[in-house]
Order: sequence, then C-alpha cells, then structure tokens
Amino acid sequence: MFEKFSATAIRGRALQMVQRARASHIGGALSMADLLAVLYGEILRVHPAEPHWPERDRFILSKGHSCTALYAALALRGFFPVEDLIGYGKNGSRLLAHVSHKIPGVEFSTGSLGHGLPFGCGKALAAKRCGKNWRVFVMLSDGELDEGSNWESILFAPQHKLDNLVAMIDYNKIQSLGSVKEVLNLDPLSDKFRAFRWAVREVDGHNSDQIRTALAGVPWEPGKPSCLIAHTIKGKGVSFMENQLAWHYQSPNATQLQQALTELGCE
Amino acid sequence: MRTTFIEELIRQARLHPEIFLIVGDLGYSVVEPFAQEFPGRFLNAGVAEQNMTGVAAGLASEGYRVFTYSIANFPTLRCLEQIRNDICYHQWPVTMVAVGAGMAYGNLGYSHHAVEDIGVLRGLPNLQILSPADPGETRDCVQWLVEHPSPSYLRLGKAGEHDLHAVRGVGAAPLPIIKTDHSVALVATGAVLKEALKAAEILAAQGQSISVWSCPWLNPVVPANLHNLHSYACVFSLEEHRSATGLGAILRENLPLNVRVIACGVASELASVVGSQEFMRLQAGLDGATIAGRIAAFLNESA
Repeated sequence: MFEKFSATAIRGRALQMVQRARASHIGGALSMADLLAVLYGEILRVHPAEPHWPERDRFILSKGHSCTALYAALALRGFFPVEDLIGYGKNGSRLLAHVSHKIPGVEFSTGSLGHGLPFGCGKALAAKRCGKNWRVFVMLSDGELDEGSNWESILFAPQHKLDNLVAMIDYNKIQSLGSVKEVLNLDPLSDKFRAFRWAVREVDGHNSDQIRTALAGVPWEPGKPSCLIAHTIKGKGVSFMENQLAWHYQSPNATQLQQALTELGCE
Repeated sequence: MRTTFIEELIRQARLHPEIFLIVGDLGYSVVEPFAQEFPGRFLNAGVAEQNMTGVAAGLASEGYRVFTYSIANFPTLRCLEQIRNDICYHQWPVTMVAVGAGMAYGNLGYSHHAVEDIGVLRGLPNLQILSPADPGETRDCVQWLVEHPSPSYLRLGKAGEHDLHAVRGVGAAPLPIIKTDHSVALVATGAVLKEALKAAEILAAQGQSISVWSCPWLNPVVPANLHNLHSYACVFSLEEHRSATGLGAILRENLPLNVRVIACGVASELASVVGSQEFMRLQAGLDGATIAGRIAAFLNESA
C-alpha cells in the first residue's frame, strides 16, 4: 500500500498518521507534499543509508507542525523503516508531533515558528566559510512569516551572499485563525523578498515540473539567496479538506480517512 | 574582564581552529583584535539577537565552537527561546557571553541591568553558567569552556576590574578566597566579590574573621560539590542579581537544612534612579560596609 516514493504516497502516509494519532496539522502537510516529493525525489543530494554524510544537502523544516509529510518522505526514501510511521504521536514514540532531530534524516527540531531560517543561515554560512558545495533548503509556512526572527534572517542572508540557501514558502494562504490576508497580509510577498535583495521565483506548488525546473537551477542569481514562493492549497488532494481552516486542527475519522485515500488513488 | 575575555579567546582560537565569535553589533574597542586575526571566524550579526543565536546554532551544528557576544540581557533574554530550543535541546556547543553583569551599566537604566539572567537561564537543561569575579577567573572560565564544549553562558563584568585573588581553577565547587575557622561564611558570585572582601576586611577589624568563597560556577549544580560549605552554621550569599532566583536560591536549594542561608541580592523593587555601579550597589545594600553590618548584626543576635 503506497510503498513507492511519490507525492501521493507522502499524502497517504501522512493521512494515516494523523488519523491513528488523532493529530492535527494535516492541511499544511498536504499542501507541501508535492514540494517534498520533488526535493527528496530529485533535488536533494542525500544518502539515506548515511544520514550524516558530510557532503549532503541540508533540509530544514521550519514549519515543524507539518512533520507527518516529512517523516513520510524520509521513510519512503529509506531513511528509516516505513513501519515506524505507525507509532507517530503515540505514547513512547520518537516521532514527535513536531519534527525531531532524533529521527534519521532530520537536521533540526522545530515546532516554535521562526527558528528554521536563522539556523539555516548558520549552516549556509558554515558551508561558505569552509568552502563546501552543499546547499541548505528551508521550508517555511506563510503564517510563520509573521515572526520577526525570520525578517532578521531575510536581512542577514543577502548581506552574507548566501546563494547556497533556498527558502521555500508553502504559501497556502491560511494560518491558524484565519486567512493570511485577514490576519497579517503578506502581499506583495515577492516584492518584499526582492526588496531585501533575494532572488525570487513563484511557482504552482502542486506542479512538479515548475518546482523541479526552479529548484534545479538554484542559485538563480550568483551571490543572492533564493526564495521559492510556492502557491499551494491547504489540504491539497482531499476534496473536503482543501482550503478549509478546520483541517489545521481536525483529525479524520476512519470513514474520512478511507474517502481521502480513495480520492488520492492510494488503493 | 571583557579585555581578558577577548585576549584569552584569541589565545584559544590560535589553538582551536573551530572557535568562532559572533557579536551583536557591540564590542567596540574590544573585539577588533579577534576580527583582525581571524576574519574567517568572526561575524557581526547586526542588532538581531534571535537570528544571531540561530546562526550560532547552525554554525555549531557544522562543527564550529561558537561564542556569541553582546551586553546585558541582549544575548540571553532577547533570544531565550533560541537558546532553549536551538542550542540547549540540540546540545550544541554555543556560549552566550554577556558583558555588563548586574548593574555594571548602572547609569544606563533598567534595560541594561542584568539582574534576572541567572534565574531565568538556570532553569534550562544542559546549560553551564559561569560567573567569574575578576580577570583571573575569567581566563579560567574561558579555558574551561573551550575544554568542555557545551551550551553555556558566561556572565562577565565590564572593564577595568582588578584581580581579587590568586586561587586558580574552575571546578563545580566554590573557590576558597579567605578560609578561617569562623562559623560564618560569605559566598559571592561575579564581580561583587570585591564587596565581599571589603566586608570581610571590616569584620576582621572588628575581630570577626569570616571565610569568603567565590562561586563562579552556578549551573548545573551538583550538591556534593558544595560540601565545603556544609560545616558552617550560616552562609551569607552575595550577588548582583535577584537572590530569590540566583545564588541565594541555589544555596538554599542545595545546602543541608542545618546550614542557614541569608541571601543578599538586588531587591525585587525596580530601580528608579541611576548611577555608577558603586552607587547602585550602595542603593541596593550590596556594598561591603552594608554587608559587614548585616553579618555583624547577625553575629550579635546569635551571641
């Protein structure tokens, strides 16, 4: 049952995990599934059998609450057994409901928002200072950009010419208590990053070709960090979850899980 | 102390190519020699302490031994969650260095008074806290931190302090500065040890020769390391910090019940006037004469 690495398999596994654990945050896991599938399938230079391979690309999930999708991607890529996903969020499990560095393939624990990009800047700076060629990819949520710490980093990265750093914004337009537009409007987001001296591209975050083409070409401008603004849909792939704020919190029941898996074509 | 800190860090950086210094746009006339000698291992992160601390964690995760440097509460309280989550939880070797402990920046006002930092930080797991009293202790602390890489906080005074004693070594145990057979001891942390020694001098002139200990090591506390204090009937603690959460609390929590602890620190009232460090100590009752008076009164009551 969806053993092969794909965006659909990531979605299916994430849905199973939140249903079993009665957990939250499935909407944001589904919205970034296509981004993770391209990253872990085609872009990141990683060795699942050797998670700490020194020359690997570093991926940091700053929106740590959406970790079901990352855990699924890592397991499906072979960083740890897919069977281990069953324990997610359960008593005694290492699979915390916010991403944990104690899991093979995870670089950094997050959960509180606004921590991933500063940490990623530190790693990217280390690579620059040591003359290393590996890259740093940081996935952020849109609501997370409310945190001031991110804007400190957004100032910092171009100052130090961190063109080995890629910030990926999962711009699904819905945050915890309302739409991004209603809470703290980020628009015009591209212009903001450009004004801070980043190279910026916007893609359909569910179009693998667009994501692949963009990420395969980083850095887009030498000497500048790259910001990929991925326009996504919260709950993407499951009709009754799409664009619904409630699925930031709700967990599907058995019937809903079945319907979701059927819609995804997981069976 | 800050001059000694940077001199010792430079000395250590010559020996350890992994040492990296990040400053939060502060350190004028202090950090330049490090920056000049090790431009590849120096960074001014700007006035952005949350990013500075996250960057430090990122550098440390790639093998650097990082020191962040700023003044008063900026490298600690401003970025407390980054210290907790990014550094302590991952156990990466980053030392936050704060200059201006206590009321060293007395006339700059409450924003620049670091009088709650120990209490806030000692609740964090995996965090070493070192609070040297003079340049000699500062040198020992830097050496210790380089030899024992871990999440840590180095709480420094300002500049111009003189060496107060020649007892060497930073262990987890307090350092004996004046040792007598008297049943009362005075234990100080940080530069206010100077006032403890003044108090001891005043009391000695009155025929009461008490012991004085310096306590640069504040966290983690291993109760057994305080065994040298077990023989006293009463221990006075002295700190330029709120005693309810600092050294006074540490001694109360970890000494046997038969040792009475009387804590002298900054009161919970907020400072409404400013002045030099000496003036602020006088206002707070942390000067040598006031401390001597408190101990003399206790001895009279006990007699």
